[in-house]
Amino acid sequence: MNMIWTIALTEFRRMFYSPLAWSILAIVQFILAWIFLLGLNEYVTQIQPAMAGRENAPGLSDLVVSALYLWAGVIMLAVMPILTMRLFAEERMNQTLPLLTSAPISISQIVLGKYLGLLLLILLMVSMLTLMPASLSLGTDLDWGKLAAAIFGLFLLLASFAAAGLFLSALTRQPIIAAVSTFGLLLFLMVLYISGNSQGSSSQLFIYLSHFGHFLSFLEGLFDSSDLVYYLLFILGFLLLTIRKLDNERLQR
Amino acid sequence: MESTMLLAAEGLSRYYNEHCAVENLDLHLKKGEVLGLLGPNGAGKSTTMQMLTGNLAPTTGSIQINGIDLLEEPRRAKQHIGYLPEQPPVYRDLTVNEYLDYCAKLHGLRGAGRIQAIHLARERCSLQEVQNRLIANLSKGYKQRVGIAQAILHNPAVVILDEPTVGLDPLQIREIRKLIRELGQEHSVILSTHILPEVQAVCDRVQILNRGRTVFNDSLTGVESLEKIFFELVYQEDPALADLEAEKME
Repeated sequence: MNMIWTIALTEFRRMFYSPLAWSILAIVQFILAWIFLLGLNEYVTQIQPAMAGRENAPGLSDLVVSALYLWAGVIMLAVMPILTMRLFAEERMNQTLPLLTSAPISISQIVLGKYLGLLLLILLMVSMLTLMPASLSLGTDLDWGKLAAAIFGLFLLLASFAAAGLFLSALTRQPIIAAVSTFGLLLFLMVLYISGNSQGSSSQLFIYLSHFGHFLSFLEGLFDSSDLVYYLLFILGFLLLTIRKLDNERLQR
Repeated sequence: MESTMLLAAEGLSRYYNEHCAVENLDLHLKKGEVLGLLGPNGAGKSTTMQMLTGNLAPTTGSIQINGIDLLEEPRRAKQHIGYLPEQPPVYRDLTVNEYLDYCAKLHGLRGAGRIQAIHLARERCSLQEVQNRLIANLSKGYKQRVGIAQAILHNPAVVILDEPTVGLDPLQIREIRKLIRELGQEHSVILSTHILPEVQAVCDRVQILNRGRTVFNDSLTGVESLEKIFFELVYQEDPALADLEAEKME
């Protein structure tokens, strides 16, 4: 466990030694802030007056906060491949992987360490994002349960993106190829959701397989343990595949 | 005798699909010995070194490091190995100190022991002047030295260096050779190279590989011309090439 932490913290720190993590955090935060303001403005000027006096009207948490987290999930679909591409592909390209594989640590520790390092960045990103809806609590009553479900759902979604990206990064020595294939896979899973919902050929199986369907129920404030299990299986599956892939490299080429 | 044997590899073979890179290789290393691994390109030197450091599993054979089986207990055995691959595995975005600190942590060094180990490795590889500089900004020779520092940091019993002097200027080559000789006093060193004079300068014993097999394995005392032996052994199967080399030597 100690070794996993050592690797994770070094990976996390190294992301901030290049402008990559800084610029990604800044740009994502800027775009999401814009979306947040737009939503908030629309709510205050248009929706709130129209909803006044109605019973069971959707509130701020339903309209602004959920939309913000949905957007965050969509944007990270494009951003996560850039974060995951370097994990193993860059080490391959620079031929630095022998440092880790010759050290007295196991492949699982290497993979978990790298994954944990990325999770720390995701955690940072989600908490920066959460500052925006949390600031609303100064002026209004938020549905904290709903917010917590959205935060947890976004974290799981991003963690599943990261696990898929980690695996694809272990397959290649070109970071760009890792990024493109990760983006393709994540986009495909989203398309799967769209095609599962399309009229005429809707399919429950497709919706179940896509990670977006599970994310949406979190955004509605629904904490279903089957969604949690889906994400955990998804993450575990890709982590095991990564470990197997790197182990195989030692055995056979 | 057995107690001073730090590395014993027996019957190592490695196949890449059908192609045989290393065949039935025995390699032994005593304490305080510098072994030169020689051979033409593609002879299996790098494959052998990758197997000895646990980066590549041999198809057959066994490897004992300091009495610990590398294949059975890789993590315990790897504690006793320091490895410098052909390309020094350095992170360009870290400073020398940060990098060495990370390597020390990876080898399980903690607290005061870690600081002392880093200090010692830095001193031995003459890295004090550049300790706070980014590795990306260092010259090739310094990167190579950082790589060597990483390999000797945890005071391993066996140090394995894959072509440590490639691409260095003559002055740096001399310094690295001096360092390797120093290392040979406390550690055991395996060194692979193409450069024959280098072997004669630093090695106690030489093992020549050709097409994955050992063709020569002896100490260098009494050897008049390593070059002659090398060409005889390596090119005997190819007379045309041997003639060409003989002409060159004259």
